[in-house]
Amino acid sequence: MDLLQNNFSTFLQGFGYTLLSSIIALVASMILGTFFAILQILPQKWVQKVGNIYVQVFRNIPLLIITFFFFLVVAKLIPMNGFTAGTIALSLYTSAFIAETVRAGILSVNSGQMEGARANGLSFWQAMQHIVLPQAFKIALPSLGNQFINLVKNSSILAFVGGLDLMYQGNMVAANTFDTFGTYIIVALFYLVITLPLSYYMQHLERKLKHAA
Amino acid sequence: MSMIEFKNVEKYYGNFHALKNINLEIDEGETVVLIGPSGSGKSTLIRTVNGLEEIQEGQLLVNGFDLHDPKTDINRIRKNVGMVFQHFNLYDNKSTIENIMLAPRLVLKRDEAENKRMAMALLEKVGLADKAANMPSELSGGQKQRVAIARSLAMQPKALLFDEPTSALDPEMIGDVLDVMRDIAKDSSMTMLVVTHEMSFAKAVADRVIFMADGQILEDSSTEAFFNNPTEPRAQQFLSQVEHH
Repeated sequence: MDLLQNNFSTFLQGFGYTLLSSIIALVASMILGTFFAILQILPQKWVQKVGNIYVQVFRNIPLLIITFFFFLVVAKLIPMNGFTAGTIALSLYTSAFIAETVRAGILSVNSGQMEGARANGLSFWQAMQHIVLPQAFKIALPSLGNQFINLVKNSSILAFVGGLDLMYQGNMVAANTFDTFGTYIIVALFYLVITLPLSYYMQHLERKLKHAA
Repeated sequence: MSMIEFKNVEKYYGNFHALKNINLEIDEGETVVLIGPSGSGKSTLIRTVNGLEEIQEGQLLVNGFDLHDPKTDINRIRKNVGMVFQHFNLYDNKSTIENIMLAPRLVLKRDEAENKRMAMALLEKVGLADKAANMPSELSGGQKQRVAIARSLAMQPKALLFDEPTSALDPEMIGDVLDVMRDIAKDSSMTMLVVTHEMSFAKAVADRVIFMADGQILEDSSTEAFFNNPTEPRAQQFLSQVEHH
């Protein structure tokens, strides 16, 4: 208990950065992921290819390497701190998984939905926005929930590049107090403060949408 | 004036020749029924009219625009040509009334109050005013199809295409849908092209019957002439098969 009290502001700062990084990465990876999912189902073969290459690159390289790439290489051209580099890497990495999840969602929406909308006069993008994507997200929801929780936990890579997050602050506290075990228990509890409500919320959303239609 | 005109139209799926040298003219206000054995190309033909299937050769004029011309804006044609599908294709994520109001709102930018009033009037017309707030999953097949017809009518199209509208319905639901279609056919300005196996509907409503087999139009005659003395042996055979069961 002393450990938590004496280092409370440090833990709280880490918690804040982890939460901030997670929120930014969640929004960015949803936008990017949806965009690259749609690229892969457009009729033009070369556009599909671009989407596929993006997904394959960011899905198949360890997150830590992507993070180092931004922190060590890209930061030489465009100066950025560890928090920014880590958050960008986290967004890109997660977006590749979200792209696959959303693409699978789109493909499992009956093709009659798009056809009905097009025959009704809607453009491809109007049909996507109003008819296909809402249904695709609903199908993809359980899987998206998994991605979001993974994203929060994966944000701990920020610690490797001085990203000031929970894991980073935990490392600091552990090094100063020599109470490794106690420190990481506290860090784990702080992560749970984000991930548990998140997973309950996703389950709630799932139930709610199930009843809606 | 002709609403739909096929001139030497050819359609292929890979090597399969789906439509062979189609020549067909449908006038404004005409009700034409398209029949034939399964695999004869009826659905393919009707789907070319609003560009759901591309044609490879020939000319296909709809409301004066050539569908085979890359400069033609397909969305402009679809604004004037509605389609009713075998499996309804209602928007599963939208309520009944939203199904009807969505396209007029997005495509025609119709005023919201006016849109709602027209949608309710259409639901009234198809006998489903009490289902306005229901989701498609809460409707029976026959009700879904009537909503789908109302959705097409909300765009105030010049022509309506029906692709086997009653084939997926339970027998007791078919009558209600055919009644609605009969009502629409009475409107003298609406052009209707209907693929169906309902011979009684064809006899009662169609101005003309077109018989297709193997991707070709074998017979194109007035309804009376077709049912009383079909000239093509394959049409005679088809009629005797569908009428004796």
